[in-house]
Amino acid sequence: MFDKEMTEKNSVAPGHNACSGCGLVLAARLVLNAAGKDIIVTTATGCLEVTTTNYPHSAWRVPWIHSLFENSSAVASGIEAALKAQGKADKIKVISQGGDGATADIGMMCLSGMFERGHDILYVCYDNEAYMNTGIQRSSLTPFDASTSTTPFGKYSFGNPTNKKDMPAIAAAHHIPYIATASVAYPQDIEKKVKKALQIKGPKYLQLHAPCPLGWGFKTAYSIKIAKLAVQTGLYPLFEMENGVITSRKKLARVLPVEAYLKEQTRFKHLFVSEDGKKELERIQAMANENIKKFGLA
Amino acid sequence: MQTTKTLYGEPGSSVQNKTGSWRTERPVFLHKTCTDCFLCVLVCPDGVVFGSNKIYDVDLDYCKGCGICAEECPVKDIVMEREVK
Ligand SMILES: Cc1ncc(C[n+]2csc(CCOP(=O)(O)OP(=O)(O)O)c2C)c(N)n1
Ligand code: SF4
Ligand code: SF4
Ligand SMILES: [Mg+2]
Repeated sequence: MFDKEMTEKNSVAPGHNACSGCGLVLAARLVLNAAGKDIIVTTATGCLEVTTTNYPHSAWRVPWIHSLFENSSAVASGIEAALKAQGKADKIKVISQGGDGATADIGMMCLSGMFERGHDILYVCYDNEAYMNTGIQRSSLTPFDASTSTTPFGKYSFGNPTNKKDMPAIAAAHHIPYIATASVAYPQDIEKKVKKALQIKGPKYLQLHAPCPLGWGFKTAYSIKIAKLAVQTGLYPLFEMENGVITSRKKLARVLPVEAYLKEQTRFKHLFVSEDGKKELERIQAMANENIKKFGLA
Repeated sequence: MQTTKTLYGEPGSSVQNKTGSWRTERPVFLHKTCTDCFLCVLVCPDGVVFGSNKIYDVDLDYCKGCGICAEECPVKDIVMEREVK
């Protein structure tokens, strides 16, 4: 079949206003296409919500609701409870989505509640590593030394002074059955993990690395390339954890130095101009080495 | 009494917003060395690459010209060309 109508199978329709080359909306399309049509989706405020629901239009071809920035997982919890009460919980799955800010900062309390109460929901965190929709402010998932509008580099600063919050470990502390990280660089892996997660009863956490050309500063064509480099340098380890045990990890055929990833992006370019910057690069390399050791990536 | 206005859009109604006008470059599918890997369909952020059996093409009504499909095509069977309107 050679037909434009083929694109109608996508659960996220075109015509949305996400930036050209947006990794976030790409990730969402891959997640929802993998999930099938028998789903109800909640989404927190952020680029994913704003760009797909330019009133009176909607890009969503599945039942979808937005309420607030902080409560995607609480709204999802209510929907799941209602489906259970109606005896429909086996047929209709609930997916709750949010950005890194929505997930690891403002929505943390609601998400912890969703995990703790044991709702049968797949929570997806689209990790573009800052508050993109309001102009690239840092979140607790912004990586060390990234320059953002609230952590600009300068004479006295190399950018974000804190390390990325370990969200999968926080999810794991709730003893939920399934936790995974994924990346837009590996679309088939996303599909596999979403399908698997939806087969598992209980709360699931999926964190997806989704490059933002605007906020990170790179050519729109490089979203996949950059995402791949994050994985290949060990800075974004991809793994699955089932019932507290790591059951799979993406092994790296060839480990690249962190510079290969960092030098492609404006948000890290200040690390490459001074002698002191070299020390920062060493610190970031040490973080990658630590990941490689911890997850057994090499 | 005034009835409450609905705050929803029809499913998929964003298709009325033709984002193809954003483009400064367009992907051209050469149909020469394609190996049917399907990557171009998977990696398009806007989901507007379609086709099968080594013949793929793009819906230019929506393609924003980001260049990801061309960048990721492993056999360089997609090239970006400057948009002429
Ligand atoms: C309670 C509240 N505070 C602040 C905002 C403003 N706001 C809207 S989106 C956003 C940032 C979203 O960041 P993130 O969750 O990482 O999603 P992204 O846009 O990066 O995908 C903020 C601060 C809001 N809508 N509600
Ligand atoms: S700012 Fe970034 S995350 Fe938001 S729509 Fe643009 S590319 Fe996507
Ligand atoms: S240039 Fe970008 S928007 Fe256009 S078809 Fe290729 S990947 Fe899709
Ligand atoms: Mg974000």
